[in-house]
Amino acid sequence: MIECRSITKIYVNGDQETRVLGGVSFTIAEGEFVAVMGPSGSGKSTLMHILGALDYPTAGTYFLDGKDISKMSDDEQADIRKDKIGFVFQSFNLLPRATVVRNVALPLVYAEVPKKEREKAAKLALTQVGLDESRFYHLSNQLSGGQMQRVAIARALVNNPSLILADEPTGNLDTKTGEIVLKTFEQLNKEGHTIVLITHEAEVARHAQRIIHIKDGDIIKDEKVDRP
Amino acid sequence: MKWPDLFEETYAAITINKARSGLTILGIVIGIASVIAMVAIGQGAQSSIEANIQSIGSNLILIMPGSQRGAGVQVSSGRGSAQTLKLADANALEKEISGIKAMAPEISRRYQATAKGKNTNTQVIGTVPAYLDVRNVKIYSGNFFTGQQQKSLSKVAVLGPTARDDLFGTDVDPAGQSIRINGIEFKIIGVTKAKGGTGFGSQDDMIFVPLETAQRFLAGEDYLTTISVQAQDQNSMTTIQQEIANLLLRRHNIANPQAADFNVLNQSDIVATASSVTSVFTILLSSIAGISLLVGGIGIMNMMLTTVTERTREIGLRKAIGGKRRDINRQFLAESVMLTFLGGIFGVILGWLLAWGVSKFVNIATQVSFVSVLLAFGVSAAIGIIFGYYPARRASKLNPIAALRYE
Ligand SMILES: Nc1ncnc2c1ncn2[C@@H]1O[C@H](COP(=O)(O)OP(=O)(O)OP(=O)(O)O)[C@@H](O)[C@H]1O
Ligand SMILES: [Mg+2]
Repeated sequence: MIECRSITKIYVNGDQETRVLGGVSFTIAEGEFVAVMGPSGSGKSTLMHILGALDYPTAGTYFLDGKDISKMSDDEQADIRKDKIGFVFQSFNLLPRATVVRNVALPLVYAEVPKKEREKAAKLALTQVGLDESRFYHLSNQLSGGQMQRVAIARALVNNPSLILADEPTGNLDTKTGEIVLKTFEQLNKEGHTIVLITHEAEVARHAQRIIHIKDGDIIKDEKVDRP
Repeated sequence: MKWPDLFEETYAAITINKARSGLTILGIVIGIASVIAMVAIGQGAQSSIEANIQSIGSNLILIMPGSQRGAGVQVSSGRGSAQTLKLADANALEKEISGIKAMAPEISRRYQATAKGKNTNTQVIGTVPAYLDVRNVKIYSGNFFTGQQQKSLSKVAVLGPTARDDLFGTDVDPAGQSIRINGIEFKIIGVTKAKGGTGFGSQDDMIFVPLETAQRFLAGEDYLTTISVQAQDQNSMTTIQQEIANLLLRRHNIANPQAADFNVLNQSDIVATASSVTSVFTILLSSIAGISLLVGGIGIMNMMLTTVTERTREIGLRKAIGGKRRDINRQFLAESVMLTFLGGIFGVILGWLLAWGVSKFVNIATQVSFVSVLLAFGVSAAIGIIFGYYPARRASKLNPIAALRYE
């Protein structure tokens, strides 16, 4: 499903070059649950943005379902994001003055799904991530960090994407809620979604089937997780 | 993104900061309202002036005395105050120029008129019976004086409706009663029909008396203030106008037409002059109003630029979840068009109220035309597009990652 060939990302600020990704290559098959693990600043989020067709690599090619995403235009990439990809951002990025349901249904607005169906799908996704129904029509800035996290995950699920990219989805949660969220990802994976989960915690990474370790923009280890 | 969703997003965005949207809209409201009101006042003034001029008669040529313009200093003693036209001139015109249908010499001046303790200062016109036809005046009740009464120096008077209202009150038939004009007693024999026409020189606030009576007893002079000539038809007017001028020059022994001691005015010249004055006036007023509309438009652009900056992260998110450039562009364009359109609606209402208020309290006729309302909507939508274009384009071109990282 995902094929990366020596992806490089270099940021240039004036005459200072920051090499964030140093030519990473890997493939992820359809239906896999992969964790990307590494210390802070190792380039995990940057990689996720490239995998999510949000950013262009400086060099290298990226194929998603056989299509070369790195050569696509802005709007073609937007279509890919709309149809195939669900994002859970490290910093949620919810619309603060919109209700929970409206936030979750927003991707479907761009997919031109009728309003009734949008709300139904949004509520279903929210139930899936275990948000209490009494919060559905609260404004998103009235929620706790953990609740926001779940709303952000629900939004990533709502368009039923084949690829879900989650950047530190348990970073703001206590262990117990974190477990619930991770169970949700496992469940989604069983339903056939390919999942790439970014984390710096080994505990969290263990929920995946495979762990890609990166450090300073290079893959240092790619291991299968043995299920107990 | 579908249209109803676009509308919903736009509505939500505008209502989030009601005070700011309201103030921005206010800029457009003031601009549109002043354009509507100014155009209405200008056009109203124009048509009321034209109507007034048309109602004084048809195919009319007016001859007025003027100051003798000799070499050197030019002394202007004002329209109608010079004493160069005599009744003999009028008679000569009637005799020697063909194509004149009717003619009415007159002497008019303002006098104090009193009746039963009430008094008014009004225009008293000494003239002949032909005045009715020439100047398109109709009798409402009673009679106008006859040629016989004119020649026999009868002290009879016909009141204009406003003069009647001022002296006797509305719905009173004053026929048979007497009034004093400048201390001299006149008997009322009739009332003329209202001509309408307010503001610029009412044609209803008048008293008509026989010409020679006025010359003898009121003015004490035998000059005329105007000779109104009605031509047979429209086509002969210029010729007649020229013949009148030539004849009067000869009678007054003036060789140089530039030095004429009278003016011959053609009705259509008067209309044209008045229209050109009022249209300059309309253009001037509406361009000043247009400037305030431009300022309102800049207000829209300012607000949209601020909004785009404030909502950078939102724009990044919208792009990340599948929003195309076109979607973002439309969203912000829709916001600015919605703002200006709302401004347009309230502006038209306010402008219409202003125009109404002006005609009600300042007594200037106004005319809010359908065209200017349509134009206002068109202009406000155009302002939304023009001033929203740049901010919307800026939003749509944002890089999603940079936008999401924006603090
Ligand atoms: N626009 C940019 N210009 C310059 N450097 C950048 C830019 N964006 C990111 N970087 C750098 O790229 C490196 C990797 O950033 P990234 O966000 O991918 O790290 P991360 O692995 O997600 O870290 P964390 O676990 O803290 O989220 C960082 O050192 C950061 O400073
Ligand atoms: Mg990160």
